[in-house]
Amino acid sequence: MTKKNFTNAEKGWERGVIASKIANDLPHASYVNLGIGMPELVSQHIKDDREIIYHSENGLLGMGPTPNENEIDFDLINAGKKPVTILPGGSFCHHADSFSMIRGGHIDYCVLGAMEVSMNGDLANWSTGKGIPAVGGAMDLVAGAKNVFVMTQHLTKEGKPKLVEKCTLPLTGSGVVSRVYTDYAIIDITKEGFKIVEINENLSIEYLQTVTEGRVYQ
Amino acid sequence: MQINKIKTEIAEMLSDVFDGATIMVGGFGEAGSPIELLHGLIDHGAKDLTIIANNSGNGRVGLGALIGQKQVKKVICSFARSAKGITFQELYNKGEIELEVVPQGTLAERIRAAGSGIPAFYTATAVGTPLAIGKEEKIFNGKKYILEEALNADFALIKADVSDRYGNLTFKKTARNFNPIMCMAAKQSLIQVRKLIEPHQTNPENVITPGIFVKKIIEIDNPIIETNAIEEGMIYP
Repeated sequence: MTKKNFTNAEKGWERGVIASKIANDLPHASYVNLGIGMPELVSQHIKDDREIIYHSENGLLGMGPTPNENEIDFDLINAGKKPVTILPGGSFCHHADSFSMIRGGHIDYCVLGAMEVSMNGDLANWSTGKGIPAVGGAMDLVAGAKNVFVMTQHLTKEGKPKLVEKCTLPLTGSGVVSRVYTDYAIIDITKEGFKIVEINENLSIEYLQTVTEGRVYQ
Repeated sequence: MQINKIKTEIAEMLSDVFDGATIMVGGFGEAGSPIELLHGLIDHGAKDLTIIANNSGNGRVGLGALIGQKQVKKVICSFARSAKGITFQELYNKGEIELEVVPQGTLAERIRAAGSGIPAFYTATAVGTPLAIGKEEKIFNGKKYILEEALNADFALIKADVSDRYGNLTFKKTARNFNPIMCMAAKQSLIQVRKLIEPHQTNPENVITPGIFVKKIIEIDNPIIETNAIEEGMIYP
């Protein structure tokens, strides 16, 4: 079943609101890897009641915010190759150790973007099947992190559902996603389907079902 | 007679490189990328190279320049897309360069394994994805894994921060990345360092790569910064 494109889709939560909902779900003292792009916003919404340690795949644990212009060092960058800082208590390591943190199950949470998420937790977020294939660390993160959160718009730019019965794009990992945060809802992946944890206050469950492929339930 | 791995000419560093060689290139993006050694490899002229690196170069500097000279037949990397990438993209679109895409952690582990005498290992990364096609699968404790083989190389081009004449290396910040494990995986690791020091100045507690993994060293005290070079319109050669 392929749904039509929703050209007059409802307006959902702003990105900052989604980011703050994820930030609230990251427990104190978690080791967290935030994907490039929208997930990076999460770090701006962590409350003072907790300390989170950020990991970057290129050998940086204890990553800090973007530096001022005069403090930029092109030898201190994040996985998106943008200049960053290191916080007190941070450390550097080589790439195999950095990915042992991921693949060895030491990273508590990773937050990634998505092109498609299926009902059984399959994630497609690395390839549209066109252009030069480039995977980076996405497959390692979803296979190794203890909890894989997805942060995404509920619909594609063309208005197509991203939550689907079965992914059509090349997979990043199979059965790996635990929770999805969209502008419309927070949804857990369960054996029974997409379980609503929280729904946007302006939307009905019926509407959520129409913009989602596969069963949505509360 | 003393051990001394220090060379003064880049040509001397690359004197054993041959056509068809497999060469690891350190760095993650521009951090830790051995730009001067890559330019030396262009001057050297070796062809039909297989390059193992995380990326495929930016602009027409360093790795981007080497690929632009059509000296590379194949790139093994995790991420060959880049906003500033030109040369790989051009050749790839024309079908004139091969690409093997490897998940970044699998790439690092295949390199680490090669340097540690491990011919292959099982990993959960990429299971169920197109990158697992054709790979042996095995179940351990109810979970599926795929077999990945070690990645060996003839040479590694490496940028480090400080070294003594034995090749005891330290690295700067996130410019460490793939460099230490590539030193271990290649038959000859060729290192450019920002600063040479005397052995008594090396703090053994701080050595990241011990000299046993290092073949040759050259001091390049003011290395090219890729972002600045591209902004200034640098094209090599």
